[in-house]
Amino acid sequence: MKNITVTVLIDALIDITLLAFLAITAIAIIHMRNLFVIIMLFGIFSLHSAGLFVVMDAADVAFTEAAVGAGISTVLMLATLALTKNHEEKKPPHHARLPLLVVLITGGALVYGTYDIPSFGDPMSPAQQHVKPHYIERSIEETGVANIVTAVLASYRGYDTLGEVTVIFTAGIGVMLLIGGRLLRRKKQEDD
Amino acid sequence: MKHNLLLRVIAKYLFPVIALFAFYVQFHGDFGPGGGFQAGVILSVAFIFYTLVYGLETAEQIIPPYVLRILASTGVLIYAGTGVVTMLMGGNFLDYDLLSLNPIEGQHIGILVIELGGGITVSAIMLMIFFAFAGRARS
Amino acid sequence: MIDIIFGHYNYWIVIFLMMAGFYTVISRGNLIKKIAGLNIFQTSVFLLYISIGYVSEGTTPIIAEGFTKYSNPLPHVLILTAIVVSVSTIALGLALVVRIKEAYGTIEEDEIHEQDMSL
Repeated sequence: MKNITVTVLIDALIDITLLAFLAITAIAIIHMRNLFVIIMLFGIFSLHSAGLFVVMDAADVAFTEAAVGAGISTVLMLATLALTKNHEEKKPPHHARLPLLVVLITGGALVYGTYDIPSFGDPMSPAQQHVKPHYIERSIEETGVANIVTAVLASYRGYDTLGEVTVIFTAGIGVMLLIGGRLLRRKKQEDD
Repeated sequence: MKHNLLLRVIAKYLFPVIALFAFYVQFHGDFGPGGGFQAGVILSVAFIFYTLVYGLETAEQIIPPYVLRILASTGVLIYAGTGVVTMLMGGNFLDYDLLSLNPIEGQHIGILVIELGGGITVSAIMLMIFFAFAGRARS
Repeated sequence: MIDIIFGHYNYWIVIFLMMAGFYTVISRGNLIKKIAGLNIFQTSVFLLYISIGYVSEGTTPIIAEGFTKYSNPLPHVLILTAIVVSVSTIALGLALVVRIKEAYGTIEEDEIHEQDMSL
């Protein structure tokens, strides 16, 4: 029993440290004006959140976030930076009071809303009661797959995942339509 | 980065390792963390790494853009096609139990096939997007 | 009081991150920075979902002998696909930024507005 309390404490400690890192990185992203630094900080932000997903027992999600958020997103943002050749954000002309007010009010309302949420890690919370027991107890008999996340992703919610794959496909088509072709207009102007 | 010998050699040796890891993640997703989505992303990362070191022209010789377009649509087709096949066999859309005489085996086949479809689409789309950004810089 | 703090600090920091992303989106004019803010907002939503699925003393939802307590797999599935979808939508946003830069020669919002007004 004592061992379990120690593990929970260590978990909480790692959790708080990573969350603090995330908060610091987010503040730094708001303050920095050099876009290259912002993108690098964003990669760090994604990697920290991947660590946090591991602490919260979501290995599959952490895996995806580390590969996608810290890898591909950062590369794509760097590619955009290279294309736009704009490395410094312009200084905001006015002091942003109104956005700050909006953000404070929204944040306050959300924090007020959290008082009704069951506490973090509560095994009796409504989110743990509905379909989860079925997945945990029956997925191995019904699908024969040890990884419940894969079983839910591909079998129980296969229709949903088909939609997600289609969204990715559509986004790919959109990117191809926007910047996939050669620069026709500029070439025409050069010809004239 | 085309003229850095160290990077070129390392890229040549790392590429198969990353690709092998992608296939491991793809087919081991039933038992450990992983699956089609992650495997697709990792496989495209291997190609992106290669492109960053060797340049877009070399990478496009290995995997031309039209192949990527075909692959991207093939993945979605495999996924949706599995659903249609199960419907033709008399079940619901994406009801894998019917794919084999034994429902558990059918589930295994179904999950493997649709994860493969998802993986192919994700890796092809990620590469397509990266090639689009890289090609824009060239033109 | 201690109970409330220990049970909710996770949600509060997630809300802080959410608001940091929201603030970046509405107060800054640079389009790349806006997309970075949007990304922070998205990541905080992912964190919120995973926090809700977490069970203390539980383990990753991969069935193994000797474990009975698993975290909720459903948010994991939703977020796993959402992460991959998010990178494709962000790529679409960045592609739009590239096109805006080519058309207007700038990615600062106020300069784009000025050019639109002077037409």
